[in-house]
Amino acid sequence: MNVFRFIWQNHAQVLELTLEHLRLVGFSTLFAMLIGIPLGIGIAHWPRFNKPVLASANIIQTIPSLALFGFLLPVPWLGERADRLAILALTLYALLPIIRNTYTGIRGVDPAVVEAGRGMGLTESQLLFQVELPLAVSVILSGVRVAVVISVGLATIAAAIGAGGLGEFIFRGLAMVDDRVILAGAIPAALLALLADFSVGWLERRLQPR
Amino acid sequence: MQPAAANPVIEFRDVSYDVAGTQVLSGFNLQVQSGETLVLLGRSGSGKTTSLKLVNRLLSPTSGEILVKGVSNGEGDVIRLRRGIGYVIQDVGLFPHFTVERNIGLVPKIEGWPADRVRARVQELLQKVGLAPDTASRYPHQLSGGQRQRVGVARALAADPEILLMDEPFGALDPLTRDELQREFLSLQQRLHKTVVFVTHDLREALRLGSRIALMEAGRLVTVLTAKEFLLSTDPLASAYVRAFGDGRPDSAADRGTS
Repeated sequence: MNVFRFIWQNHAQVLELTLEHLRLVGFSTLFAMLIGIPLGIGIAHWPRFNKPVLASANIIQTIPSLALFGFLLPVPWLGERADRLAILALTLYALLPIIRNTYTGIRGVDPAVVEAGRGMGLTESQLLFQVELPLAVSVILSGVRVAVVISVGLATIAAAIGAGGLGEFIFRGLAMVDDRVILAGAIPAALLALLADFSVGWLERRLQPR
Repeated sequence: MQPAAANPVIEFRDVSYDVAGTQVLSGFNLQVQSGETLVLLGRSGSGKTTSLKLVNRLLSPTSGEILVKGVSNGEGDVIRLRRGIGYVIQDVGLFPHFTVERNIGLVPKIEGWPADRVRARVQELLQKVGLAPDTASRYPHQLSGGQRQRVGVARALAADPEILLMDEPFGALDPLTRDELQREFLSLQQRLHKTVVFVTHDLREALRLGSRIALMEAGRLVTVLTAKEFLLSTDPLASAYVRAFGDGRPDSAADRGTS
């Protein structure tokens, strides 16, 4: 197969699309963490909201990605630029694993530890930042890891609405019926997913409480 | 200020506590004097732990009030209240991601003590509870059950609180270790004279450690007696305890109970 020769010949474009891909995944994961972690903490402390929040995140997850991209297209400010739209859609998909794992991680902290901390006179925020979050961090990160891996895959579809990324090669290859072009997008995407999985997994183990 | 002896350090005034319509505690009146070890004795569900948690406001009473050093504990800052009260629970609840030193030194550190003073205090406390100085750098999972509970006691004493609340602190330990910790508790208490409220369901522990024993049943205070009075009491519940635990000699009956 001369896939690798093809990639080599087009390495500048492969690199550019890989960076674009990373940008989509990076921003959406960041936003999903900024929204999902506080939400997960919230529902862990106020279980009343647990069902509606997790159900909503679940429903988002069930919307086919191509349809979601399509739905969002007419939205004013977002629809103007495909990458904004793609980042929003990817953020929405990344929410569920992050919210769920944050919730699970915080709820998984030994109640005796929390009770002792509260009884000692820790404030709720000291309890959260010094006890609950450090003890939940590896569970939360494993949610982030799942989110990143899903996003790397989903982001290839973002090329369908012109958001760029490695999906460009895949769609072009499909149109040209040329396996080499498809693989020039698929292989780097798969490598990105593995790399993300590995590096967040490493961080997860590093931060694992004893 | 009146002399300390005249003022109870902790006082329950007609306290009731309901959960979802069920009375866990009702019409509870009790005074704890400075420097005494008051034992709350009762079976599971009798309201002992609830009474304890009402003192440091982990729970709030449905009616009535609890005075701590003469002031209703519902007034003022709950965080300040709790930092002035040491709290030891059966499951210990050490922070698993902190070393022993950080566990013990947490409240002093939050209170803004300089680092070297915290370190010195930790060493002092380790010695007080019978742990080697190098325990400071270990993590809770590296310790035995007895060592963990020693750290739990040291942590509760860290900011030198006047009051100590202990909820079956030795309940999960094997009999030998429990005996050891009870002995050390007595000698520690002889030196420190804290005001201690100690929850247990074990009569022998109550007789051994308590200056007075408050017997509880179904959310009510039955009677408050000294150890000697307890053994001679004609109260049906008290004598039922004495019968169940034999004559105070170590026997298996006492060790069968769980929580």
